[in-house]
Amino acid sequence: MRDKVATLIDLTKCVGCRACQVACKEWNGLEGQTTSNRGTYENPPSLSPETWTKIDFIESSGEEGVDWTFLKQQCLHCTDAACAEVCPTKALRTHPLGFVSLEEDRCNGCGYCAEFCPFGIPQMKITSLLAGTAVASKCTFCQDRLTSGMEPICSKSCPAGAISFGLRNDMVLKGEERVAALKESRDDGAKINLYGANLLGGLGMMYVLPDEPGAFGLPSDPSGSYSLAAAWQGLLQPLGGILIGVGAVTAGINWIIARRMANQAVAARAEAGKGADRD
Amino acid sequence: MTNHWIDIGNADVIMIIGSNPAENHPISWRWVEKAREKNGAKVISVDPRYTRTSAQSDIFVPLRSGTDIAFIGGMIKHIIENECYNRDYVAEYTNGSFLVDKGYEFDPETGLFSGYNEAERAYDTKNWAYQTDAEGVPTRDTSLTHPDCVFQKLRAHYADYTPEAVSEVTGTPVERLLEVYETYSASGEPGKSGTIMYAMGATQHTYGTQNVRSYAVLQLLLGNIGLAGGGVNALRGLHNVQGSTDMCLLFHILPGYLATPVEADQSLQEYLDRVTPTTNMPGSVNWWQHTPKYMVSLLKAWYGEAATAENEFGFNWLPKNGENYSYIALFEAMYAGDIKGLISFGTNPAVSGPNSNMERAALRKLDWMVAIDLWPTETANVWREPGVDSTAVDTEVFLLPAASFVEREGSVTNSGRWIQWRYKAIEPVGDSKPDTWIANMIWLELRRLYEQEGGPNKEAILNLTWDYGDGEPDAEQVAREISGTALADLYDKEKKLVARAGEQVKNFTELKDDGSTACGNWLYNYYTREGNLAKRRDTDDPSGIGLYSNWSWCWPINRRIIYNRASIRPDTGRPWDPEDAVIVWDPETEKWVGDVPDGGTPPGTILPFIMKPEGVGRLFGMGHVDGPFPVHYEPWESPVENKLHSTQNNPCFKIWNSEMDLKGEKEEFPVIGTTYRVSEMMQTGAMTRFLPWLVELQPELFVEMGQELAEERGIVSGEHVKVRSARGEVKAVAVVTPRFKPFSLNGTSVHEVGILWHYGYQGLATGDSGNLLTPHVGDANTMIPEYKAFLCDVQKA
Repeated sequence: MRDKVATLIDLTKCVGCRACQVACKEWNGLEGQTTSNRGTYENPPSLSPETWTKIDFIESSGEEGVDWTFLKQQCLHCTDAACAEVCPTKALRTHPLGFVSLEEDRCNGCGYCAEFCPFGIPQMKITSLLAGTAVASKCTFCQDRLTSGMEPICSKSCPAGAISFGLRNDMVLKGEERVAALKESRDDGAKINLYGANLLGGLGMMYVLPDEPGAFGLPSDPSGSYSLAAAWQGLLQPLGGILIGVGAVTAGINWIIARRMANQAVAARAEAGKGADRD
Repeated sequence: MTNHWIDIGNADVIMIIGSNPAENHPISWRWVEKAREKNGAKVISVDPRYTRTSAQSDIFVPLRSGTDIAFIGGMIKHIIENECYNRDYVAEYTNGSFLVDKGYEFDPETGLFSGYNEAERAYDTKNWAYQTDAEGVPTRDTSLTHPDCVFQKLRAHYADYTPEAVSEVTGTPVERLLEVYETYSASGEPGKSGTIMYAMGATQHTYGTQNVRSYAVLQLLLGNIGLAGGGVNALRGLHNVQGSTDMCLLFHILPGYLATPVEADQSLQEYLDRVTPTTNMPGSVNWWQHTPKYMVSLLKAWYGEAATAENEFGFNWLPKNGENYSYIALFEAMYAGDIKGLISFGTNPAVSGPNSNMERAALRKLDWMVAIDLWPTETANVWREPGVDSTAVDTEVFLLPAASFVEREGSVTNSGRWIQWRYKAIEPVGDSKPDTWIANMIWLELRRLYEQEGGPNKEAILNLTWDYGDGEPDAEQVAREISGTALADLYDKEKKLVARAGEQVKNFTELKDDGSTACGNWLYNYYTREGNLAKRRDTDDPSGIGLYSNWSWCWPINRRIIYNRASIRPDTGRPWDPEDAVIVWDPETEKWVGDVPDGGTPPGTILPFIMKPEGVGRLFGMGHVDGPFPVHYEPWESPVENKLHSTQNNPCFKIWNSEMDLKGEKEEFPVIGTTYRVSEMMQTGAMTRFLPWLVELQPELFVEMGQELAEERGIVSGEHVKVRSARGEVKAVAVVTPRFKPFSLNGTSVHEVGILWHYGYQGLATGDSGNLLTPHVGDANTMIPEYKAFLCDVQKA
């Protein structure tokens, strides 16, 4: 097996220029959306089937002055990926290189991935309103580039050197060293941390965060969703393959479970995001 | 830049003032981070509002737009009083030790120098000079204590710029001022370096030149010029702005910064006598003494065999500069009907020009306009501006489709003076043509008309060397012409043959004033006998400080850090900073190792500032119309009175008075306005507003304002508002943010807002340009418009 790769996104270096956001659209052939200015630099408002990565502009102010942080949102490529676990068609799979691959033509549009993802990442693209079909979309870690020996387009395009790419072990080490150095050199370095080194078996995209994960709406323990997804996968899904009728019933149950999970995730995010005044 | 982009990574402290590099030069941030990793560098962001740059800086210094000189003047005072300056550097490498003419005076009460003529709005500058001895050598006191010496004059000049006084002007809290003064002054310690990254936030003021002068004075005091990680570094806004400046796309210079002839220069000799400096200063290289070689070689490049010693190499065919042909002046002349035609080559003044309503009106008064661009811009379509009756516009517009930068070959020069060759990636789309093809066609037709019909000064046209064929000129041929060619066999001082006729010169040291060499720009000798050095792509860095001397080529003479002999201690001949040495003298080989030195002689033999006749850096800066030391004045439009001096504005800039040159008063327009760009849009948006991916990111014009102002006016973030100045009104989305705070000036609270100028009436994203608001006044020296500080008001739409 080949060694796993990963990217390390260093929020203490990101200047929010959004070169990655544009390069992602360019490389992956995603269209520009019609937007309006909502009183912020941030646009589009959220991830979508046409936006696989975006920068959140997180503005806060307090006694110590103002702060402005730029959080790159995209699939974090969990090793223990709930989305891949629940995917009934194996359109989503954990690739040996360490990312979650997506084969759109295998996707049946069930939407479980979107419901189970602890980070709320996959977006469903409606392919036919009439037939009620959809297809999942998310960052693929530029699987076409990676499997051709190139780095992802986001790290390639980053002018500030905030996005690093390499072997996962190296990226973890780099992240740990960076955090240690920043804790030493910065007056406000106490809260600086590496996010994702061990979460969910290790994230393929990790962050150097200047503050606690909650300040950026990131769950400090997203493992629950994976456990539930694994349980669902182990118990219920095989039935669906055997008995179509039962399958339909379980799908209904699954949907209910999934909704609950998703709502919990959203609530957790909202809770975690308090105090972080979105710009 | 005195230094270059990569060199930012060598700094110990970085002061970002009048620029927003994270936003507008994102690639530079790689080197800012490098400096942090390598040296633990502190990063200071000085700006009216908290920007993307501030977000990643260590210290944010809020500063009211237009108060740089008060801020830097206060720092200079701090440095002198706390003796943070590099004493040996100041004594030996600057004019701090020079005694100033007894007739020189500065009145701190009025803020005026001696010799001011109010009617002319000009100074008699004869006393802005040094005292000299009987041999004409400037008199010096290297103890820096003589009351007439520059250093003592400088101390007296900023005596009143206390932190408290500065704070009342800039709105920066005193403790923040002291924090940044201490942090930056630490770079004055020998072995440390500090760099200044500046851009148009510094220059676009009626005293923009003096803003930059204040940075130069600061850097000289701290001994930061010539060192790795030091310098005064202008961040250019486009990939080839530096190149266009070097090649004379300004009215007051010829290629290589040779002065434009003026009407009084009746002969080549008179011109050369006027512009070629002489010196009696021992040890001064006075490089401009070579001006005759460069000027004659330029004339030979232009007029070829028609240029002979007998006809002064065609000197009198050159146009003579008699008037103010700066940007603002040209539009005033168009508006007055004095200029009838315009070729707008890749520029979009209908959006980028100050007081755009006036400039658009001026464009619509033209008889004809040739607009050369990728597609119709606001300028090309100025007759179709919404709300304008097109039938009433008589301007005939010719739109010539131009090839984009990926569709043509040639050199581009970056901010660090690196001339890099760029290859054509694709063929031009449709009927579009490279700029050189368009220029060639216009020229060939012009020459044909002169041949047939004659005309005034026809020799200037008919004698010009123009041998680029009848299609797209060969970029390499142009490069050879710019770089310099031997027209006869050239010999060195030992009578040894160095170049045969027809060969390229090695560099400008081979240029002659007798007509035996031709050179289109003496600084640009990148196409040598070795070939086109702008194509070099060697990534080795034996210097260890990121010089990459074999990557492309850099003017002058591939010197990556200019004035680098100042990086050597005057006492020991060793580098101030041995770890980041720019050059080191090797006594074995008797040669300098590292960068190309400013002169190859041993340490201590020559003075480092080779472009100045006195050989040293100027704390006291002659040659500027508005004074040898920077003085704080208020912007033309300001909500407050000048608290430091009784003279409100720079006393020397030109004030225009057409009926559209209106000035706003603080009673009607109490809010300070400034303009800027964002990462996602480029200049007038002529390219970026046509790209859906970028329009998605920044779909509309916005005005950024603080929560306090928004509350006063009942404005909610995200809603549309009107911003008005004396000259126009724009509609914009309000971005209300805690990142923009009101300035507290001696108890009065003053609001500032920032507005983009990327928008116009063409493209996918349309809207008003912030320049509908800006005034038509410019810097006293360079005439660059005062875009960065004006008066306006904001109301709910």
